[in-house]
Amino acid sequence: MPLGQYRHGTGLLHRLPVPAKLAGLAVLGIAVVVTRGPLPALLLLAVALVGVRTAGVRWRGAVRSLPPVLVTAAVLTVYQWWQRGPAVAIEVSADLLTLVLAATAVTASTPADRMLDVLERAVRPLRHVGVRPDVVALAVALMLRAVPAVLTTAHEVRDAARARGLERNPRALLVPTAVRTVARARSTGEALAARGIGD
Amino acid sequence: MIEFEQATVVAQGADGPDGRAVDVTILHPVTCRLTERRIAVVGANGSGKSTLARLVNGLATPSSGRVVVDGLDTVRDGAAVRRRVGFVFTDPDAQLVMPTPREDVALSLRRLPVDRAERDERVRAVLGRFGLADRAEVSVHALSGGQKQLLALAGVLATEPAVLVCDEPTTLLDLRWRRVVDHLLDALDQQVLQVTHDLEAAARADRVLVVDAGHVVFDGPAADGVGHYRDLMAVR
Repeated sequence: MPLGQYRHGTGLLHRLPVPAKLAGLAVLGIAVVVTRGPLPALLLLAVALVGVRTAGVRWRGAVRSLPPVLVTAAVLTVYQWWQRGPAVAIEVSADLLTLVLAATAVTASTPADRMLDVLERAVRPLRHVGVRPDVVALAVALMLRAVPAVLTTAHEVRDAARARGLERNPRALLVPTAVRTVARARSTGEALAARGIGD
Repeated sequence: MIEFEQATVVAQGADGPDGRAVDVTILHPVTCRLTERRIAVVGANGSGKSTLARLVNGLATPSSGRVVVDGLDTVRDGAAVRRRVGFVFTDPDAQLVMPTPREDVALSLRRLPVDRAERDERVRAVLGRFGLADRAEVSVHALSGGQKQLLALAGVLATEPAVLVCDEPTTLLDLRWRRVVDHLLDALDQQVLQVTHDLEAAARADRVLVVDAGHVVFDGPAADGVGHYRDLMAVR
């Protein structure tokens, strides 16, 4: 199951109203930006980890789905360590992981249609300037869904490349991933049109 | 009632020898009035039968002529037509947009003026009707091919369209799931236009259209239509 996908559950995070979860995510994001130093960053990371666990995400599944983020964090750590020292390196990589994990906790504990309801309500005032709240909400929900979907596509492409002995060829990984992602976007658009959603 | 009035579909093809794109006629002018409850469209791969089906709910639009469903023009009244005409794809993976069955059916119902409680209730009822109640919260990727196709049907039928268009809905299914889907389609109250390679399903229709190389080469009773298609395939 992709990391950010909704998991049915009855835990605290599942029972919290969606606006409260989104507000919590925003507060955590602000805290990540305004706090300085490795200790606060690690504390916020601990909060995000508790959130992920409360959302019912299993550690094994999370670790399996996280390599792209972990690789990015590792590269950032090495670069920042070299340029600005260990304290900044720990802070930056912890901040990145905190944001990814906190967003995962929210999406994993919130059904997509509940998210759509909240987003639709939030952008309703914009209908006076010609914005359609249902379309905006749907676009955001599809964008959230696209993240795990692209990861799934990347895994499929990697397996296909591996089967042909091309796992070290970046072109065999990147080009099919890009093509399949665009094809998926097109078919999603067609499926929505066929169902009269967004008309 | 579905009416085709000289409906033609032309697409831009590859560049010709002079470097200019050459127009390719996907569907030559079709004129017919479909009032029967069960209509089958058969034809070889690439013959234009899917294009004909897509014209009915406005997924494809005619380059000339027009298609009218219950008095609504598929181009002028596209949104209203799509509310009346449900469409089921061959590959349910192309149709399922949301991560779980419950969310996917709920997405279809969002365009109806119902509150959240009623929407939830309808989702439960629809999933129960299609035997998917116990799969409501699992990932759609965890469903079998047959269950995915049932879910695709559930998502479309949740809004109770007047017409259902199915583009080879059983092609990817094993025999058991094919029978389940066939049985479900047969039992529907809606007018159903089904593109199919399954000649048993075509033989049960009230009317069969045979499409070949972009032309409707036969339009009539099922038994004659299936015979015509068999002859056509034997010659080639």
